[in-house]
Amino acid sequence: MHAPDGFLQPSVALVTAILSIGVLALGLRHAGRELGDRQVPLAGVAAAFIFAAQMVNFPVAAGTTGHLLGGALAAVLLGPWVGMLVVSVVVIVQALLFADGGLTALGYNTLNMAIVTAFGGWAAFLLMRKVMPRTSGGVVGAGAVAAGISVVLSAAAFSIEWLFGASAPVAFDTVFGAMVGVHVLIGIGEAVLTGLVLSAVMASRPDLVIGAQHLTHDELAAKSRVGMRPFLIGSVFAAVVVGVVISQFAASSPDGLERVAIDNGFAESASDHIFGSSVFSDYATAGVSNESLSLAVAGIAGIAVTLLVGGGVLSASRSVRRRQMA
Amino acid sequence: MSGAHGSTVSRIFIPGDSRIHRLPSETKLVAVVAAVVVMAVTPRQEVVAFVLYAVGAWSVIAMTGIGLATYVKRLAVIIPFVLFAVIVPFLGGGESVQVVGVSLSVDGLWATWNILVKAGLGATLSIALSATTRVPELLHGLTRLRVPRLLVAIIAFMLRYIDVLVEQLGRMRRSMVARGHDPRWLWQVKPIASSAGALFVRSYERGERVHQAMLARGYSGVMPVVTDRQASLREWLSVMLYPLVFVVVLVVAVM
Repeated sequence: MHAPDGFLQPSVALVTAILSIGVLALGLRHAGRELGDRQVPLAGVAAAFIFAAQMVNFPVAAGTTGHLLGGALAAVLLGPWVGMLVVSVVVIVQALLFADGGLTALGYNTLNMAIVTAFGGWAAFLLMRKVMPRTSGGVVGAGAVAAGISVVLSAAAFSIEWLFGASAPVAFDTVFGAMVGVHVLIGIGEAVLTGLVLSAVMASRPDLVIGAQHLTHDELAAKSRVGMRPFLIGSVFAAVVVGVVISQFAASSPDGLERVAIDNGFAESASDHIFGSSVFSDYATAGVSNESLSLAVAGIAGIAVTLLVGGGVLSASRSVRRRQMA
Repeated sequence: MSGAHGSTVSRIFIPGDSRIHRLPSETKLVAVVAAVVVMAVTPRQEVVAFVLYAVGAWSVIAMTGIGLATYVKRLAVIIPFVLFAVIVPFLGGGESVQVVGVSLSVDGLWATWNILVKAGLGATLSIALSATTRVPELLHGLTRLRVPRLLVAIIAFMLRYIDVLVEQLGRMRRSMVARGHDPRWLWQVKPIASSAGALFVRSYERGERVHQAMLARGYSGVMPVVTDRQASLREWLSVMLYPLVFVVVLVVAVM
Protein backbone atom coordinates (compact mmCIF):
# COMPACT_ATOMS: atom_id res chain seq x y z
CA MET A 1 0.00 0.00 0.00
CA HIS A 2 2.96 2.34 0.47
CA ALA A 3 3.08 3.62 -3.10
CA PRO A 4 6.46 4.96 -4.28
CA ASP A 5 7.20 8.15 -6.21
CA GLY A 6 5.72 8.37 -9.67
CA PHE A 7 3.08 5.71 -9.07
CA LEU A 8 0.21 8.09 -9.82
CA GLN A 9 0.28 11.19 -12.02
CA PRO A 10 1.70 14.40 -10.49
CA SER A 11 -1.72 16.06 -10.70
CA VAL A 12 -3.26 13.40 -8.44
CA ALA A 13 -0.26 13.62 -6.12
CA LEU A 14 -0.78 17.39 -5.86
CA VAL A 15 -4.54 17.27 -5.32
CA THR A 16 -4.32 14.51 -2.71
CA ALA A 17 -1.44 16.32 -1.00
CA ILE A 18 -3.53 19.47 -0.68
CA LEU A 19 -6.47 17.43 0.62
CA SER A 20 -4.31 15.57 3.13
CA ILE A 21 -2.60 18.72 4.38
CA GLY A 22 -6.01 20.33 4.83
CA VAL A 23 -7.36 17.39 6.84
CA LEU A 24 -4.13 17.20 8.87
CA ALA A 25 -4.38 20.90 9.71
CA LEU A 26 -8.00 20.42 10.79
CA GLY A 27 -6.96 17.38 12.78
CA LEU A 28 -4.20 19.28 14.54
CA ARG A 29 -6.66 22.00 15.49
CA HIS A 30 -9.17 19.50 16.87
CA ALA A 31 -6.54 17.36 18.51
CA GLY A 32 -4.83 20.40 19.99
CA ARG A 33 -8.04 21.02 21.89
CA GLU A 34 -8.84 17.38 22.68
CA LEU A 35 -5.37 16.17 23.27
CA GLY A 36 -4.11 17.26 26.61
CA ASP A 37 -0.41 17.60 27.12
CA ARG A 38 -0.69 14.20 28.69
CA GLN A 39 -2.00 12.42 25.63
CA VAL A 40 0.80 13.50 23.29
CA PRO A 41 3.18 10.79 24.52
CA LEU A 42 0.32 8.32 24.37
CA ALA A 43 -0.39 9.26 20.76
CA GLY A 44 3.30 8.69 20.09
CA VAL A 45 3.17 5.29 21.75
CA ALA A 46 0.11 4.40 19.68
CA ALA A 47 1.95 5.47 16.51
CA ALA A 48 4.92 3.32 17.48
CA PHE A 49 2.55 0.45 18.16
CA ILE A 50 0.91 0.73 14.77
CA PHE A 51 4.31 1.04 13.13
CA ALA A 52 5.45 -2.16 14.85
CA ALA A 53 2.18 -3.90 14.02
CA GLN A 54 2.57 -2.94 10.35
CA MET A 55 5.86 -4.83 10.27
CA VAL A 56 4.07 -8.09 11.04
CA ASN A 57 2.93 -9.51 7.74
CA PHE A 58 0.30 -12.19 7.66
CA PRO A 59 -0.38 -14.52 4.75
CA VAL A 60 -3.42 -13.58 2.65
CA ALA A 61 -3.58 -15.91 -0.30
CA ALA A 62 -1.18 -17.54 -2.70
CA GLY A 63 2.03 -15.71 -1.98
CA THR A 64 0.46 -12.43 -1.00
CA THR A 65 0.93 -11.02 2.46
CA GLY A 66 -0.90 -8.18 4.08
CA HIS A 67 -0.20 -6.12 7.11
CA LEU A 68 -2.31 -4.20 9.56
CA LEU A 69 -3.20 -0.68 8.40
CA GLY A 70 -4.38 0.25 11.86
CA GLY A 71 -6.51 3.24 10.96
CA ALA A 72 -9.74 1.87 12.38
CA LEU A 73 -7.95 0.50 15.45
CA ALA A 74 -6.40 3.91 16.12
CA ALA A 75 -9.75 5.65 15.62
CA VAL A 76 -11.57 3.34 18.05
CA LEU A 77 -8.78 3.59 20.62
CA LEU A 78 -7.97 7.28 20.37
CA GLY A 79 -10.93 8.86 18.61
CA PRO A 80 -11.02 9.64 14.88
CA TRP A 81 -9.00 12.89 14.88
CA VAL A 82 -6.14 11.70 17.00
CA GLY A 83 -6.30 8.29 15.32
CA MET A 84 -5.99 9.93 11.92
CA LEU A 85 -3.03 12.01 13.11
CA VAL A 86 -1.34 8.96 14.56
CA VAL A 87 -1.59 6.88 11.39
CA SER A 88 -0.54 9.91 9.29
CA VAL A 89 2.57 10.22 11.45
CA VAL A 90 3.31 6.55 10.82
CA VAL A 91 2.99 7.04 7.06
CA ILE A 92 5.12 10.21 7.10
CA VAL A 93 7.87 8.62 9.19
CA GLN A 94 7.91 5.56 6.94
CA ALA A 95 8.49 7.80 3.93
CA LEU A 96 11.04 10.06 5.63
CA LEU A 97 13.15 7.49 7.45
CA PHE A 98 12.54 4.17 5.77
CA ALA A 99 12.03 5.21 2.13
CA ASP A 100 8.84 3.16 2.42
CA GLY A 101 6.44 5.13 0.25
CA GLY A 102 7.62 8.03 -1.90
CA LEU A 103 7.94 11.59 -0.66
CA THR A 104 5.82 12.87 -3.55
CA ALA A 105 3.37 10.02 -2.92
CA LEU A 106 2.75 11.18 0.66
CA GLY A 107 -0.45 12.93 -0.42
CA TYR A 108 -2.24 9.84 -1.61
CA ASN A 109 -0.55 7.49 0.83
CA THR A 110 -1.73 9.59 3.77
CA LEU A 111 -5.19 9.95 2.27
CA ASN A 112 -5.61 6.22 1.62
CA MET A 113 -3.92 4.73 4.64
CA ALA A 114 -4.65 7.27 7.36
CA ILE A 115 -7.54 9.57 6.53
CA VAL A 116 -9.82 7.12 4.73
CA THR A 117 -9.16 4.29 7.19
CA ALA A 118 -9.52 6.43 10.34
CA PHE A 119 -12.67 8.33 9.37
CA GLY A 120 -14.20 5.58 7.25
CA GLY A 121 -13.43 3.11 10.01
CA TRP A 122 -14.88 5.44 12.65
CA ALA A 123 -18.13 5.92 10.70
CA ALA A 124 -18.42 2.17 10.15
CA PHE A 125 -17.71 1.66 13.85
CA LEU A 126 -20.50 4.05 14.89
CA LEU A 127 -22.92 2.31 12.53
CA MET A 128 -21.94 -1.16 13.73
CA ARG A 129 -22.11 -0.07 17.37
CA LYS A 130 -25.80 0.68 16.88
CA VAL A 131 -26.59 -2.92 15.97
CA MET A 132 -24.28 -4.52 18.49
CA PRO A 133 -25.14 -5.04 22.16
CA ARG A 134 -24.02 -2.34 24.57
CA THR A 135 -21.26 -4.41 26.09
CA SER A 136 -17.52 -4.53 25.70
CA GLY A 137 -18.05 -7.47 23.36
CA GLY A 138 -20.22 -5.24 21.22
CA VAL A 139 -17.47 -2.62 21.02
CA VAL A 140 -14.92 -5.25 20.06
CA GLY A 141 -17.20 -6.69 17.39
CA ALA A 142 -18.06 -3.28 15.98
CA GLY A 143 -14.37 -2.34 15.92
CA ALA A 144 -13.44 -5.55 14.13
CA VAL A 145 -16.07 -5.19 11.42
CA ALA A 146 -15.22 -1.50 11.01
CA ALA A 147 -11.55 -2.38 10.59
CA GLY A 148 -12.37 -4.82 7.81
CA ILE A 149 -14.53 -2.23 6.07
CA SER A 150 -11.85 0.44 6.43
CA VAL A 151 -9.31 -1.65 4.53
CA VAL A 152 -11.72 -2.22 1.64
CA LEU A 153 -12.49 1.52 1.60
CA SER A 154 -8.80 2.27 1.44
CA ALA A 155 -8.36 -0.04 -1.55
CA ALA A 156 -11.39 1.51 -3.25
CA ALA A 157 -9.97 4.99 -2.66
CA PHE A 158 -6.69 3.96 -4.27
CA SER A 159 -8.54 2.53 -7.28
CA ILE A 160 -10.48 5.74 -7.72
CA GLU A 161 -7.26 7.74 -7.65
CA TRP A 162 -5.97 5.32 -10.28
CA LEU A 163 -8.95 6.29 -12.46
CA PHE A 164 -7.76 9.90 -12.38
CA GLY A 165 -4.03 9.43 -12.40
CA ALA A 166 -3.01 6.04 -13.72
CA SER A 167 0.66 5.81 -14.63
CA ALA A 168 0.40 2.53 -16.49
CA PRO A 169 -1.93 1.10 -19.13
CA VAL A 170 -3.87 -1.05 -16.72
CA ALA A 171 -7.60 -0.47 -16.84
CA PHE A 172 -9.48 0.81 -13.81
CA ASP A 173 -11.55 -2.38 -13.74
CA THR A 174 -8.49 -4.57 -13.42
CA VAL A 175 -6.98 -2.41 -10.68
CA PHE A 176 -10.30 -2.11 -8.85
CA GLY A 177 -10.97 -5.83 -9.04
CA ALA A 178 -7.46 -6.78 -7.94
CA MET A 179 -7.11 -4.14 -5.22
CA VAL A 180 -10.52 -4.60 -3.68
CA GLY A 181 -10.40 -8.38 -4.08
CA VAL A 182 -7.05 -8.72 -2.32
CA HIS A 183 -8.00 -6.17 0.30
CA VAL A 184 -11.19 -8.01 1.20
CA LEU A 185 -8.87 -10.81 2.30
CA ILE A 186 -6.50 -8.38 4.02
CA GLY A 187 -9.59 -6.85 5.60
CA ILE A 188 -10.45 -10.17 7.23
CA GLY A 189 -6.98 -10.24 8.75
CA GLU A 190 -7.33 -6.62 9.83
CA ALA A 191 -10.73 -7.38 11.38
CA VAL A 192 -9.42 -10.39 13.32
CA LEU A 193 -6.31 -8.58 14.57
CA THR A 194 -8.18 -5.38 15.43
CA GLY A 195 -10.84 -7.37 17.28
CA LEU A 196 -8.28 -9.35 19.26
CA VAL A 197 -6.17 -6.30 20.13
CA LEU A 198 -9.28 -4.36 21.12
CA SER A 199 -10.55 -7.20 23.28
CA ALA A 200 -7.17 -7.44 25.01
CA VAL A 201 -7.20 -3.71 25.74
CA MET A 202 -10.87 -3.76 26.76
CA ALA A 203 -10.14 -6.59 29.17
CA SER A 204 -7.53 -4.70 31.14
CA ARG A 205 -7.93 -0.98 30.48
CA PRO A 206 -11.36 -0.17 28.99
CA ASP A 207 -10.80 3.46 30.03
CA LEU A 208 -8.21 3.76 27.25
CA VAL A 209 -10.73 2.98 24.52
CA ILE A 210 -12.50 6.10 23.25
CA GLY A 211 -14.96 3.97 21.31
CA ALA A 212 -16.18 2.44 24.57
CA GLN A 213 -16.76 5.67 26.45
CA HIS A 214 -20.51 5.52 25.90
CA LEU A 215 -20.69 2.40 28.05
CA THR A 216 -21.59 2.68 31.70
CA HIS A 217 -19.68 0.90 34.37
CA ASP A 218 -22.25 -1.89 34.59
CA GLU A 219 -22.35 -2.41 30.86
CA LEU A 220 -18.60 -2.75 30.80
CA ALA A 221 -18.66 -5.16 33.69
CA ALA A 222 -21.36 -7.29 32.07
CA LYS A 223 -19.55 -10.48 31.30
CA SER A 224 -20.38 -11.06 27.69
CA ARG A 225 -18.41 -13.50 25.70
CA VAL A 226 -21.17 -13.17 23.13
CA GLY A 227 -18.96 -10.64 21.38
CA MET A 228 -15.91 -12.17 19.86
CA ARG A 229 -16.61 -15.30 17.98
CA PRO A 230 -19.96 -14.67 16.28
CA PHE A 231 -18.90 -11.18 15.27
CA LEU A 232 -15.60 -12.29 13.84
CA ILE A 233 -17.32 -15.05 11.91
CA GLY A 234 -19.96 -12.54 10.86
CA SER A 235 -17.35 -10.08 9.64
CA VAL A 236 -15.55 -12.75 7.66
CA PHE A 237 -18.86 -13.77 6.15
CA ALA A 238 -19.76 -10.17 5.29
CA ALA A 239 -16.34 -9.60 3.75
CA VAL A 240 -16.63 -12.70 1.60
CA VAL A 241 -20.10 -11.68 0.42
CA VAL A 242 -18.90 -8.18 -0.41
CA GLY A 243 -15.84 -9.59 -2.17
CA VAL A 244 -17.89 -11.99 -4.27
CA VAL A 245 -20.35 -9.28 -5.26
CA ILE A 246 -17.59 -6.82 -6.13
CA SER A 247 -15.53 -9.32 -8.08
CA GLN A 248 -18.61 -10.28 -10.10
CA PHE A 249 -19.19 -6.63 -10.78
CA ALA A 250 -15.62 -5.92 -11.73
CA ALA A 251 -15.07 -9.10 -13.67
CA SER A 252 -18.10 -8.62 -15.89
CA SER A 253 -16.42 -5.76 -17.67
CA PRO A 254 -13.29 -7.48 -19.02
CA ASP A 255 -15.58 -10.29 -20.18
CA GLY A 256 -17.62 -7.72 -22.00
CA LEU A 257 -14.46 -6.36 -23.56
CA GLU A 258 -13.44 -9.76 -24.78
CA ARG A 259 -16.83 -10.37 -26.37
CA VAL A 260 -16.85 -7.02 -28.11
CA ALA A 261 -13.30 -7.57 -29.27
CA ILE A 262 -14.24 -10.91 -30.75
CA ASP A 263 -17.47 -9.66 -32.29
CA ASN A 264 -16.01 -6.57 -33.86
CA GLY A 265 -12.54 -7.90 -34.46
CA PHE A 266 -11.09 -4.97 -32.57
CA ALA A 267 -12.91 -2.71 -35.01
CA GLU A 268 -14.28 -0.56 -32.27
CA SER A 269 -12.18 2.54 -31.93
CA ALA A 270 -11.83 4.47 -28.75
CA SER A 271 -15.21 6.02 -28.47
CA ASP A 272 -15.82 9.40 -26.98
CA HIS A 273 -17.89 9.26 -23.89
CA ILE A 274 -19.97 11.89 -22.27
CA PHE A 275 -17.54 12.46 -19.45
CA GLY A 276 -14.77 13.44 -21.82
CA SER A 277 -11.36 11.96 -21.39
CA SER A 278 -9.72 15.02 -19.92
CA VAL A 279 -10.68 14.39 -16.32
CA PHE A 280 -10.03 10.68 -16.17
CA SER A 281 -6.67 9.26 -16.94
CA ASP A 282 -6.61 7.90 -20.47
CA TYR A 283 -4.91 4.81 -19.16
CA ALA A 284 -7.52 3.88 -16.66
CA THR A 285 -10.30 4.00 -19.21
CA ALA A 286 -8.39 3.08 -22.36
CA GLY A 287 -9.16 -0.37 -23.60
CA VAL A 288 -12.27 -0.71 -21.50
CA SER A 289 -15.14 -0.95 -23.90
CA ASN A 290 -17.88 -0.84 -21.33
CA GLU A 291 -16.98 2.53 -19.91
CA SER A 292 -20.37 3.27 -18.45
CA LEU A 293 -20.17 0.15 -16.31
CA SER A 294 -16.67 0.81 -15.03
CA LEU A 295 -17.61 4.42 -14.34
CA ALA A 296 -20.65 3.13 -12.49
CA VAL A 297 -18.43 0.90 -10.37
CA ALA A 298 -16.11 3.84 -9.76
CA GLY A 299 -19.06 6.05 -8.95
CA ILE A 300 -20.63 3.66 -6.48
CA ALA A 301 -17.28 3.02 -4.82
CA GLY A 302 -16.64 6.76 -4.73
CA ILE A 303 -20.01 7.46 -3.14
CA ALA A 304 -19.45 4.74 -0.54
CA VAL A 305 -16.00 6.06 0.35
CA THR A 306 -17.17 9.67 0.44
CA LEU A 307 -20.26 8.94 2.52
CA LEU A 308 -18.41 6.92 5.12
CA VAL A 309 -15.33 9.14 5.32
CA GLY A 310 -17.42 12.31 5.25
CA GLY A 311 -19.77 10.85 7.84
CA GLY A 312 -16.80 9.99 10.00
CA VAL A 313 -15.39 13.51 9.72
CA LEU A 314 -18.79 15.04 10.49
CA SER A 315 -19.56 12.92 13.51
CA ALA A 316 -16.01 13.39 14.73
CA SER A 317 -16.29 17.17 14.49
CA ARG A 318 -19.70 17.18 16.12
CA SER A 319 -18.88 14.89 18.97
CA VAL A 320 -19.06 17.18 21.94
CA ARG A 321 -17.67 14.51 24.13
CA ARG A 322 -14.15 15.46 24.93
CA ARG A 323 -11.72 13.01 26.12
CA GLN A 324 -11.25 13.47 29.79
CA MET A 325 -8.93 11.09 31.40
CA ALA A 326 -9.07 11.18 35.12
CA MET B 1 18.60 -5.75 26.21
CA SER B 2 18.22 -2.12 25.36
CA GLY B 3 20.37 0.10 23.24
CA ALA B 4 23.10 -2.34 22.41
CA HIS B 5 20.99 -4.34 19.99
CA GLY B 6 19.50 -1.19 18.55
CA SER B 7 16.78 -2.55 16.37
CA THR B 8 14.90 -0.38 13.96
CA VAL B 9 15.23 3.33 14.46
CA SER B 10 18.70 3.52 15.91
CA ARG B 11 20.12 1.71 12.91
CA ILE B 12 18.81 4.13 10.30
CA PHE B 13 21.47 6.72 10.94
CA ILE B 14 24.89 5.64 9.77
CA PRO B 15 27.61 7.57 11.59
CA GLY B 16 29.98 9.42 9.36
CA ASP B 17 31.58 12.75 8.74
CA SER B 18 30.80 13.40 5.10
CA ARG B 19 29.76 16.79 3.79
CA ILE B 20 26.21 15.44 3.58
CA HIS B 21 26.31 14.41 7.24
CA ARG B 22 27.34 17.88 8.31
CA LEU B 23 24.65 19.81 6.42
CA PRO B 24 21.87 21.33 8.55
CA SER B 25 18.94 18.89 8.45
CA GLU B 26 16.32 21.37 7.23
CA THR B 27 18.35 22.19 4.12
CA LYS B 28 18.74 18.49 3.34
CA LEU B 29 15.02 17.93 3.80
CA VAL B 30 13.99 20.75 1.49
CA ALA B 31 16.60 19.87 -1.13
CA VAL B 32 15.58 16.20 -1.21
CA VAL B 33 11.86 16.97 -1.41
CA ALA B 34 12.45 19.53 -4.17
CA ALA B 35 14.65 17.16 -6.18
CA VAL B 36 12.15 14.30 -5.83
CA VAL B 37 9.30 16.57 -6.94
CA VAL B 38 11.29 17.59 -10.03
CA MET B 39 11.93 13.94 -10.87
CA ALA B 40 8.29 13.02 -10.34
CA VAL B 41 7.01 15.65 -12.78
CA THR B 42 9.59 14.84 -15.48
CA PRO B 43 7.94 13.23 -18.52
CA ARG B 44 8.97 9.59 -18.70
CA GLN B 45 10.32 9.72 -22.25
CA GLU B 46 13.13 12.09 -21.21
CA VAL B 47 15.52 9.21 -20.71
CA VAL B 48 18.61 11.43 -20.77
CA ALA B 49 17.21 13.57 -17.96
CA PHE B 50 16.68 10.46 -15.81
CA VAL B 51 20.21 9.28 -16.52
CA LEU B 52 21.48 12.66 -15.28
CA TYR B 53 19.20 12.45 -12.22
CA ALA B 54 20.58 9.01 -11.50
CA VAL B 55 24.13 10.34 -11.72
CA GLY B 56 23.10 13.11 -9.33
CA ALA B 57 21.38 10.78 -6.88
CA TRP B 58 24.16 8.17 -6.89
CA SER B 59 26.87 10.76 -6.46
CA VAL B 60 25.10 11.86 -3.27
CA ILE B 61 25.00 8.24 -2.09
CA ALA B 62 28.71 7.97 -2.90
CA MET B 63 29.41 11.19 -0.98
CA THR B 64 27.62 9.89 2.12
CA GLY B 65 29.93 6.89 2.21
CA ILE B 66 27.23 4.54 3.50
CA GLY B 67 28.40 1.76 1.24
CA LEU B 68 26.79 0.00 -1.67
CA ALA B 69 25.51 -2.97 0.35
CA THR B 70 23.56 -0.77 2.78
CA TYR B 71 22.14 1.26 -0.06
CA VAL B 72 20.93 -1.78 -2.02
CA LYS B 73 19.49 -3.37 1.12
CA ARG B 74 17.49 -0.27 1.92
CA LEU B 75 16.32 0.09 -1.65
CA ALA B 76 14.55 -3.24 -1.25
CA VAL B 77 11.48 -1.54 0.25
CA ILE B 78 10.21 -0.68 -3.23
CA ILE B 79 10.20 -4.32 -4.34
CA PRO B 80 6.41 -4.91 -4.08
CA PHE B 81 5.80 -2.05 -6.47
CA VAL B 82 8.62 -3.15 -8.73
CA LEU B 83 6.83 -6.48 -9.04
CA PHE B 84 3.67 -4.65 -10.07
CA ALA B 85 5.63 -2.56 -12.56
CA VAL B 86 7.20 -5.63 -14.11
CA ILE B 87 3.87 -7.32 -14.88
CA VAL B 88 2.40 -4.21 -16.51
CA PRO B 89 3.82 -4.85 -20.02
CA PHE B 90 2.05 -8.20 -20.01
CA LEU B 91 -1.28 -6.69 -19.05
CA GLY B 92 -1.22 -3.52 -21.10
CA GLY B 93 -2.97 -3.09 -24.37
CA GLY B 94 -2.13 -0.94 -27.36
CA GLU B 95 0.90 -1.31 -29.58
CA SER B 96 3.11 -4.21 -28.79
CA VAL B 97 6.61 -5.37 -29.53
CA GLN B 98 7.96 -8.89 -29.78
CA VAL B 99 10.73 -9.68 -27.34
CA VAL B 100 12.04 -13.21 -27.66
CA GLY B 101 8.66 -14.33 -28.87
CA VAL B 102 6.64 -12.65 -26.10
CA SER B 103 4.35 -9.81 -27.00
CA LEU B 104 4.85 -6.83 -24.70
CA SER B 105 2.86 -3.63 -24.67
CA VAL B 106 5.02 -0.64 -25.64
CA ASP B 107 2.98 1.62 -23.42
CA GLY B 108 3.34 -0.89 -20.63
CA LEU B 109 7.11 -0.95 -21.00
CA TRP B 110 7.18 2.83 -20.72
CA ALA B 111 5.01 2.61 -17.61
CA THR B 112 7.38 0.05 -16.09
CA TRP B 113 10.33 2.31 -16.79
CA ASN B 114 8.45 5.29 -15.32
CA ILE B 115 7.59 3.54 -12.04
CA LEU B 116 10.99 1.90 -11.69
CA VAL B 117 13.06 4.99 -12.33
CA LYS B 118 10.97 7.40 -10.26
CA ALA B 119 10.46 5.01 -7.34
CA GLY B 120 14.12 4.00 -7.38
CA LEU B 121 15.56 7.50 -7.54
CA GLY B 122 13.04 8.88 -5.04
CA ALA B 123 13.94 6.13 -2.58
CA THR B 124 17.65 6.74 -3.25
CA LEU B 125 17.43 10.36 -2.13
CA SER B 126 15.28 9.45 0.89
CA ILE B 127 17.91 6.89 1.88
CA ALA B 128 20.66 9.50 1.54
CA LEU B 129 18.65 11.82 3.80
CA SER B 130 17.77 9.34 6.53
CA ALA B 131 21.19 7.66 6.62
CA THR B 132 23.00 10.95 7.24
CA THR B 133 20.64 12.72 9.62
CA ARG B 134 20.31 11.88 13.29
CA VAL B 135 16.70 11.58 14.43
CA PRO B 136 16.85 14.57 16.85
CA GLU B 137 18.40 16.71 14.11
CA LEU B 138 15.67 15.67 11.70
CA LEU B 139 13.03 16.63 14.28
CA HIS B 140 14.63 20.02 14.86
CA GLY B 141 14.80 20.50 11.12
CA LEU B 142 11.08 19.80 10.90
CA THR B 143 10.42 22.30 13.70
CA ARG B 144 12.51 24.97 11.97
CA LEU B 145 10.54 24.32 8.78
CA ARG B 146 7.41 25.28 10.78
CA VAL B 147 5.92 21.80 10.89
CA PRO B 148 3.32 22.06 13.71
CA ARG B 149 4.87 21.27 17.09
CA LEU B 150 2.16 18.77 17.98
CA LEU B 151 2.99 16.71 14.91
CA VAL B 152 6.72 16.84 15.62
CA ALA B 153 6.08 15.88 19.24
CA ILE B 154 4.05 12.82 18.21
CA ILE B 155 6.77 11.84 15.72
CA ALA B 156 9.42 12.24 18.42
CA PHE B 157 7.61 10.00 20.89
CA MET B 158 6.85 7.50 18.18
CA LEU B 159 10.50 7.20 17.16
CA ARG B 160 11.52 6.93 20.79
CA TYR B 161 9.11 4.06 21.38
CA ILE B 162 9.49 2.00 18.21
CA ASP B 163 12.64 0.28 19.42
CA VAL B 164 11.21 -0.19 22.90
CA LEU B 165 8.14 -1.85 21.42
CA VAL B 166 9.99 -3.98 18.92
CA GLU B 167 12.31 -5.25 21.62
CA GLN B 168 9.42 -5.97 23.96
CA LEU B 169 7.64 -7.81 21.15
CA GLY B 170 10.79 -9.86 20.62
CA ARG B 171 10.94 -10.73 24.32
CA MET B 172 7.28 -11.71 24.35
CA ARG B 173 7.70 -13.86 21.28
CA ARG B 174 10.79 -15.52 22.71
CA SER B 175 9.02 -16.35 25.94
CA MET B 176 6.07 -17.75 23.99
CA VAL B 177 8.37 -19.94 21.94
CA ALA B 178 10.14 -21.03 25.10
CA ARG B 179 6.76 -22.25 26.36
CA GLY B 180 6.31 -24.40 23.31
CA HIS B 181 4.35 -21.98 21.13
CA ASP B 182 5.03 -22.06 17.41
CA PRO B 183 3.53 -18.87 15.98
CA ARG B 184 3.58 -19.72 12.33
CA TRP B 185 0.13 -20.68 11.23
CA LEU B 186 -2.95 -18.63 10.66
CA TRP B 187 -5.01 -20.36 13.36
CA GLN B 188 -2.41 -19.28 15.89
CA VAL B 189 -3.31 -15.69 15.23
CA LYS B 190 -5.11 -15.37 18.56
CA PRO B 191 -2.05 -15.64 20.82
CA ILE B 192 -0.17 -13.28 18.48
CA ALA B 193 -2.91 -10.69 18.55
CA SER B 194 -3.46 -11.13 22.29
CA SER B 195 0.20 -10.46 22.87
CA ALA B 196 -0.16 -7.44 20.60
CA GLY B 197 -3.00 -6.23 22.82
CA ALA B 198 -0.92 -6.83 25.93
CA LEU B 199 1.94 -5.01 24.21
CA PHE B 200 -0.30 -2.03 23.56
CA VAL B 201 -1.51 -1.80 27.14
CA ARG B 202 2.02 -2.18 28.50
CA SER B 203 3.50 0.48 26.24
CA TYR B 204 0.57 2.78 26.93
CA GLU B 205 1.14 2.46 30.65
CA ARG B 206 4.85 2.89 30.15
CA GLY B 207 4.07 6.05 28.20
CA GLU B 208 2.04 7.34 31.12
CA ARG B 209 4.86 6.64 33.59
CA VAL B 210 7.53 8.14 31.36
CA HIS B 211 5.42 11.19 30.80
CA GLN B 212 4.99 11.73 34.53
CA ALA B 213 8.73 11.37 34.95
CA MET B 214 9.25 13.93 32.19
CA LEU B 215 6.81 16.35 33.82
CA ALA B 216 8.67 15.94 37.10
CA ARG B 217 11.83 17.00 35.29
CA GLY B 218 10.25 20.12 33.87
CA TYR B 219 8.88 18.99 30.51
CA SER B 220 6.58 21.69 29.20
CA GLY B 221 5.34 20.05 26.02
CA VAL B 222 8.40 20.98 23.97
CA MET B 223 11.69 19.18 23.95
CA PRO B 224 14.62 21.47 24.76
CA VAL B 225 16.88 22.13 21.80
CA VAL B 226 20.47 21.39 22.69
CA THR B 227 22.26 22.39 19.53
CA ASP B 228 20.14 24.90 17.76
CA ARG B 229 22.20 25.63 14.72
CA GLN B 230 20.17 27.50 12.16
CA ALA B 231 21.27 27.04 8.57
CA SER B 232 23.02 30.14 7.28
CA LEU B 233 22.02 31.78 4.04
CA ARG B 234 25.23 30.51 2.45
CA GLU B 235 24.42 26.94 3.45
CA TRP B 236 20.90 27.27 2.09
CA LEU B 237 22.20 28.61 -1.22
CA SER B 238 24.85 25.94 -1.62
CA VAL B 239 22.44 23.09 -0.81
CA MET B 240 19.71 24.46 -3.02
CA LEU B 241 22.11 24.29 -5.96
CA TYR B 242 21.41 20.57 -5.90
CA PRO B 243 17.68 20.62 -6.74
CA LEU B 244 18.41 23.59 -9.01
CA VAL B 245 20.59 21.33 -11.15
CA PHE B 246 17.64 18.94 -11.39
CA VAL B 247 15.39 21.81 -12.46
CA VAL B 248 17.89 22.87 -15.12
CA VAL B 249 18.08 19.30 -16.41
CA LEU B 250 14.28 19.17 -16.57
CA VAL B 251 13.97 22.51 -18.38
CA VAL B 252 16.68 21.65 -20.89
CA ALA B 253 15.16 18.21 -21.49
CA VAL B 254 11.65 19.49 -22.08
CA MET B 255 12.71 22.33 -24.36
